[in-house]
Order: sequence, then structure tokens, then C-alpha cells
Amino acid sequence: MSTVAAPDTGTAATAAAPRAPLAYYPGCSLHGTSREFDESLRAVLAALRVPITEIDDWSCCGASSGHATDHLLGVALPARNLALAEAQGFKSVLAPCAACYNRLSAARLAVAGDTELAERIPDVLGRPFANTVEVESVMDLLREAAVMIEEKVAAALTPNPLEGLRLAAYYGCLLVRPPEVAGYDDPEAPTSMDEVLAACGANPVDWNMKVECCGGAFSVSRTASVVRLGRAIIEDARRSGAEALVVACPLCHSNLDLRQKAIMARGEEPMPVLFITQVVGLALGLPAAALGLDRHFVDTEPFIRRLVEQAAVRAAAEEKVKAEAAAKAAARRGKAESA
Amino acid sequence: MSRIGIFVCHCGENIARTVDVAAVAEALRDHPGVAWSEDYKYMCSDPGQSLVRKAIEEHELTGVVVAACSPHMHEKTFRRACAAAGLNPFMCEMANIREHCSWIHEDRDEATAKAIDIARTIVEKVKHNRPLESIRIPVTKRALVVGGGIAGIQAALDIADGGHEVVLVEKEASIGGHMSQLSETFPTLDCSQCILTPRMVEAYQHPNIKLHTWSEVESVDGYIGNFTVKVRKKARSVDEDLCNGCGDCQAACPAKKIPSEFEAGLGTRTAIYVPFPQAVPNIPVLDRQNCTLFKGRRKGLAKDACGKCKEACLRGAVDYDTEDTFVEEQVGAIVVATGYGLYSIGREQPEGLKGYGEYGYGEVPDVIDGLQFERLASASGPTAGAILRPSDGKEPKTVVFVHCVGSRDPEKGMSYCSKICCMYNAKHAMLYKHKVHDGRAVAFYMDVRAAGKGYDEFSRRAIEEDEAEYIRGRVSRIFREGDKVKVWGFDTLSGEQVVIDADMVVLATAMRPQAGAKELAQKLNVSYDEHGFINEAHPKLRPVETNTAGVFVAGACQAPRDIPDSVAMASATAAKVMSLFSADELEREPAVAVVNETTCIGCMSCEHVCPYGAVEVKEIRGRDGALQRTVASVNPGVCQGCGTCQAVCLSKSIELETFTDEQVYAEINALAAWD
Repeated sequence: MSTVAAPDTGTAATAAAPRAPLAYYPGCSLHGTSREFDESLRAVLAALRVPITEIDDWSCCGASSGHATDHLLGVALPARNLALAEAQGFKSVLAPCAACYNRLSAARLAVAGDTELAERIPDVLGRPFANTVEVESVMDLLREAAVMIEEKVAAALTPNPLEGLRLAAYYGCLLVRPPEVAGYDDPEAPTSMDEVLAACGANPVDWNMKVECCGGAFSVSRTASVVRLGRAIIEDARRSGAEALVVACPLCHSNLDLRQKAIMARGEEPMPVLFITQVVGLALGLPAAALGLDRHFVDTEPFIRRLVEQAAVRAAAEEKVKAEAAAKAAARRGKAESA
Repeated sequence: MSRIGIFVCHCGENIARTVDVAAVAEALRDHPGVAWSEDYKYMCSDPGQSLVRKAIEEHELTGVVVAACSPHMHEKTFRRACAAAGLNPFMCEMANIREHCSWIHEDRDEATAKAIDIARTIVEKVKHNRPLESIRIPVTKRALVVGGGIAGIQAALDIADGGHEVVLVEKEASIGGHMSQLSETFPTLDCSQCILTPRMVEAYQHPNIKLHTWSEVESVDGYIGNFTVKVRKKARSVDEDLCNGCGDCQAACPAKKIPSEFEAGLGTRTAIYVPFPQAVPNIPVLDRQNCTLFKGRRKGLAKDACGKCKEACLRGAVDYDTEDTFVEEQVGAIVVATGYGLYSIGREQPEGLKGYGEYGYGEVPDVIDGLQFERLASASGPTAGAILRPSDGKEPKTVVFVHCVGSRDPEKGMSYCSKICCMYNAKHAMLYKHKVHDGRAVAFYMDVRAAGKGYDEFSRRAIEEDEAEYIRGRVSRIFREGDKVKVWGFDTLSGEQVVIDADMVVLATAMRPQAGAKELAQKLNVSYDEHGFINEAHPKLRPVETNTAGVFVAGACQAPRDIPDSVAMASATAAKVMSLFSADELEREPAVAVVNETTCIGCMSCEHVCPYGAVEVKEIRGRDGALQRTVASVNPGVCQGCGTCQAVCLSKSIELETFTDEQVYAEINALAAWD
């Protein structure tokens, strides 16, 4: 079990009331293929003073294969993790991976709506389960923290590299659907990620493929389909003027990032695909290495470097304008005095 | 001591088949207080009724129990017979041994025993009946019609033609309603304005119709036959008597870019305006929100920023200092015909509804709603009837029509069918094809609901003759791609995804009650459903009455309706109003609540529960005029005799005549006392 301490970085104005302890369910992706999502999440939550504690002895949520095999298995696998969180004294669990979020939330809903199942699950799990733990998505959490993010970005000492950056918020499917499982946003026209991007100072573009399919788990079995779908998404984002895609799902990320070489086989400029937590981290001025930005297949280094340089130029220009204005004001004052 | 007569009816075989009627008459004969008992084959027939009359006279009966059918069926018949024989009609009661006994039982012995029980119960009740008099209420033979759309105009004209005065209140500057916005109407494709405007003028010129436009109902007091209605005449800034409708003020107004409500936002108007050239009355109103002069005044400018319309008016009709005025109207009946509004589709929704962000309405200019298409297709519209899309004014070569946007979607908060959209979509597809011969019209539908005279033929014509492509399925997303509007949908019959590069999309949005309909319903004390549509008194047998006597309902404020339905309903309300006005006084059954002022503690619980607003506070004053206490008082003209007040009264001081506690306890005792 690892606990992220909450360093006191907040000013008095931004120190929000402490949240109830939040359990953290990373799932397989955040410990494996999407380690950068885990790293950036931990860094951002530490900066936002949201303490999280990884659930001790967590196991697979059964995504994709579990519920396709058997309904009971599909509920019992995530329910085990909810039962652990419950036993460890948590009121809610954060599941950043969209598929984990969906399975945990769906299991919670299934048990709540079926008394027979609710009675059976503790026997199946071999442990008590009262279904008291809420499941939280990373988008929901960040949206709640949007005001704090905005304040921290404004108070940051380094220039914000995201200022005015055109980004395409890509939600995919499981983050916002089905509506009864993920009820925090509009399932067809979601806005939560756009709100968070705006809070970071970026400019979320209005585009059309926000909730279209990325190909999901077919990356290996039907690569051609995934490439076709990914191309539609990236091309539309580019048409809308976006310089990078932002995602909050490990599967979306791997389909758009890992497969981008195949998607962009016609020699187009590659488009960086960032996790929302990485974007928030950049806005908060966290170092790129702490956000795992070096772990992507599409090299983000030149992109980030350009952003930082542009931000520095912008900041210098602003400084100059300010200095000139101050000089003029001083000159005026001097004149007035001498007169 | 009561002298009650029992009359047991065979109802042919209806009762006699399962109930031994002779045995019932025999059993009741010895019941205490019964002076006469007999049975007859058809008690409601003339010979049967004369048996009742004869017995009343011969045996000096003080009460009558007819053991026969439901009181709904023949109570009136027998009460009349009693009255003819000189007995107070309210001393006569029915013991229902048909619907409640013979029709629902098979065992003859058991049914007979039950019939005897029922008859005895009613005998015990009649012992406690009091002679009552019918309530007589004077009637003001003048009607108020709220809403000047086609339903309101029709109701007003019918009542006015019947010889009664009508006050017609319309909140917009002109009467005509939504029908005046339509291009052509289904299923005949006749021009909407051509059939409507003569009716509008007729209503305006009718000697019996008093028209208040740019006005709203402020408050309503009173009850059936005797309503006092306060009408707010909103400040028009134009003197209705001086104005001759020349239009000089409109021509002079510099604020010309205000989106026109009449053109559904596709055209513009000035700040001083008549909504459309055929407006009735042809008297402009000044929109103070958008007027340069009033904007300036709101900012606190010392000098008026404009004044062009006043300068232009040669008759001096423009007056910037008019204020809202109130007119009080006395009426005997009210017709509610406030019509509909459209569901607003976009992301933001009022009243807790959900929107369709994915359809791009309000974001993609070439995604429009049905009323906007009507304006495009209308000869008097912003494009003079040419189908040109809003974004670039080009003629769209592919138009997609989407049915059921909001309607039949419980997720969006509207589970109902809006009824008219299948028909107007077919009409739109036709109108489009008639104007753009090489165009392609595609409609996405859930079902085609074309029930009505000539309706299915009409929608088939759109498909077969005008070659509209109908795709059964929903649209998942509408977005702009270049100068095209991309429509993603699904064909559920072929099981395939459909992608259409359209030039324009028309969304058939759900019908909602007009904004403010709920507030009006509350003022009138009529109930409405979860969507805000006004409830009718009975869905089948009293479709144009409301739960408040004297208030009637017509048109789309009651449920989604098309023009013929609205007009039929409006005429029905006129018939109801005229039958109400046919006598100088209204006679009502005395089955109303009565307060015992001696025991009433004035807690007013009855006032809170009364669904009809019939209970008022009454002050009891001593001889010196000093207030001693307050009690409840029931207005017999408003009370509908539901008995809710009786159930909540803490001090047992309010009772329903004909169903007093005493009577009901006597019935229960009767049931408990005999086996």
C-alpha cells in the first residue's frame, strides 16, 4: 500500500475543506501500459491536495472479458474491490481507467437494483459487502476541482504553457456512457473535460468526434478497424484546429497513440495524445518527467518544448509591455512633478 | 317516525335472474320505519313511476328507497317522480342491487341476502335525510377566452354568434397564434393564412367580441357563472384609438435588426412593430426591451436617445409614457386556449428537461426546427417562399427531416407523442420537393402515425409521389463538415448505419404547453399534468371541461393537437358555454359541504385541501361589530361535493349534504346489525 502525502502547496485562498479519504483503484492499465496516467494522476492530486490511498490487495475488475463471459462473474469481480474498499473504511473509490470506472459503477448499480444478487454476492466473495462505496471518475473529480485548478494556474510562478492552446477533448464511450452508469455528464454531448481544459487556460475546440468509438479492445484482433476509426478521430480533431488530443482512458490512449504510426501512414504530422491529468499537471507547472510525458509513442518532447518556449516568449512580451507602461507612467509622474 | 316506501325493481331479467326480488320486498316490509314495500318488473317505466307516486300519496310516505340500478342511471327519474307527488326529491335514494349485486353474483340465495342488506342500509340512510333545496346561482352571460390562436378565435366566434358577449385576451400584439406562421396545412395543402386571416378579421369586427391584445390574465376570482377577471393590458406605447396602422413608425424606427419572433428568428423586425402584415389588430407595439429610447432611459440618460417613431406618427398615437393598465371583466364562463410552444432542442433546457446537444441546434445554422421551415416555405416568409438555407442562402439539395425530437423520449422528459409531427414532416418533404425538383428529402422516423381523415393517404403521397426517402431509425449525431451538415443515423430495417451529407436538417420538435400555462392554470384553479398540459375533467366523456366548473379547455394547451382537432374542441367548448348560458340561473344539486359555524374552530384545514378553492374565511362579529372569531365558509357555487374537507375536519364541523357522518354511520350500523 502506498499513500501519497499531500504537500502543503495551496495558498490560504485555495485551501479547500479536506475531502473524505478517497480509495484509489488503479486497475491493470495504470500499473502497466498506462503508467504515465498513474504518475500524472498522483502528481496532480498531490498538487490539488486530494489524498488517495491505493486499495490493499485489489484485483482485476473483469473489464471486457468478465462481463462478456458471465453476468455474475462480471459483477463479482468489481464487487470484490468495492468490498475491500468498504472493509478498509472508504466512502468512495476513484477509478481513473474508464473501463474500470464503468465496471465498478455498473456492479454497484446491479447490486443496488437486485436484492437477490445483493444477498448472493457476499457468499460468492467470501466477505461481507454492503455496497456503500461510491465510484468516482477522474473527470468528475477534476471538474469539481476546476475552480481550484484555475486559481492555482493563475497563481503559478512559471508561465502557463497551455495558455490558448487548442486541444480536442476526446471522451470515447465508457467515460460518459451508459447514462445510468456514468451519470455525471451528458452522454451524447459531454462537457466535463472541456470545462477542465478551459480551467487550465487551454482552448478546447468544438469538434464532432468527442464520443465516437476508438475501436476499444480490438487493437490486436482487428487492427485495421481500429486504424480506420482512429483516423476519423484524429483527422476531425486536426480539422477543428486542435494541436493535441486529450483522453481519460488507457484504451483510447493506446489506440490513438500506439497505433498512430499506422493511422498516419500518409506522412501527416503526428498528433500528441495526452492524458487529462498530464494536461492539468502541465498547467500547474509540474515537471514533464513527473507526468510521464516521455512514455508516449508519439514523441511529445518537441511539442512540450515548443509550448514552453512560446510561453516564455509570451511572458517576456507581457513583461516588456508592463515595463514600458510602468516607465511611461513614471515619466508622466516626473513631468507632473517638475511642472 | 319515518314512513318509508320500498320499491324493488326486476329490471326485466337483469336483477330478477339472480336476486329473488319478491323476497327482498318481503324482507324489507317488516323493517322498522318501512310503511310500504312492493316489487315491479320495470320500476323506471311510466307504470312503475306511478306506483311510486301512488304509494307516496296513499301511505303518506316520508321517504323512498328504490332498490334498482345505480344512482347515475335513474336517481333523477325517481326524484322527479317523488317531487311530482309532493315529496322533497332529496328524500329519495337508490339502493343499487344491479351493478353492485345481481350483475356480479351468480348464487341466487347469496345475491338475494346481499340485496336485502343493501336495501336496509339505504333505508337507514334515508331515515337521516333532510329535505334540501337545489342551489340556484345567477349567471353572467358573458365569456372570457384566453388565447387568440385558432382555437380561441373559433370558440370566441361560436359563442359570439350564439348571441353572447365574449372577451378575447391575447398576450401577443396580434391574434392568429401559431397557425398564422404556417405555410400550408395538411392534408389538403391549403394556405394557412388564407383560411385563417378572414376568421381573425371576423373576430375583430364582431360586435359581440371585445379584444384585448398585448394583454394577459392577471387574476381570477369567483366561480361558475360569476367570475371576475383582472386583465393586464401591457403598455403598448401606441394609442389603439388614434393609430390607423399606416406603418410610418415602423419605417422610421432605426433598430431594424431585432430577430422576429413571428419569423422564428429567421427574419428581423423593428423595435416598434406589428408582427406580420395581416396582424389583427393592425396596431403596432413598442418592444421596450430593444428600443433605443428605452435602452437609454434604463441607462439613465438625461435626454431621450431616439424618438423617431413619435416624430413620424402624424396622428400623435405614439406615447412613450404609457404604463400597464388593468381592466376588470365580469364573465360567467372561461375558455382556456393558450396553445403550445416548441421544445427547445439545444443543450440548455428549462424545467429540468434534457437537451439534444448532439444535434447541433443553435450551433449549426442549417439545423432548424419545424416552425422555422414553415417560415422558409411561406410565401410571406423571409425568403418569400423559396427554400434557402439560413447559413449562406443557397438552395439545399439534400434535406433531412428528423421525427420525434424530444417526443416519445422519456430520457428527455417527454414520454408522449406530439401527434402532428408525422403529418407536418410529410408536408415539409412535399413542399420541399414541389419547390426543389431535383432535391432529395430524407426522413428519419420511429413510426409513421397518420391517423385521421385523409392523413395516411397524405403521408403515403409524400413517399410514393414525391419520392421522399423514409428511413426507419434514429439519428445519433448532426454536425457541420465544410458546408455540409453531416447526419449520422441508423436504418433499423436494414440494420445498417446511414451517413448523409445534407445541406439542411429540419428537426420535428416536441410540442410543449405555452410558457406561462402553469401559472395561468394556477390562477384558474385547474389541474395540469406533469408536462403542464391542462387536465380535462374526464378523458372520454368530459374532454373540454376542467375540474373547475365553468372553466373549459380547447386546443393544444390540453394535449398536442392539430388544427381540425383544436377547432372541433373550440366549438365544443362554445356549445358547453352556451348551454351554461341558456338559463338565467344555474341549478345545482345541493350535495355541497356545509359548515357548522358553532363548532368550527377556524383552523382552515379544509381550505388547504379543497381542490376547487371553495372554502373561504368568514368573520363572525358581535353586535358591536367587533371581530369575535373566524370560521370556514363554503361557497356553494364553487363546491363540487367531493368530501375531502369532511375527511380532514378536526372538529367534525364540515359535512357534505347527502353524505353526512350521521347518514354514513347509520349505513354502517345497518350493515353491522343484521346478518
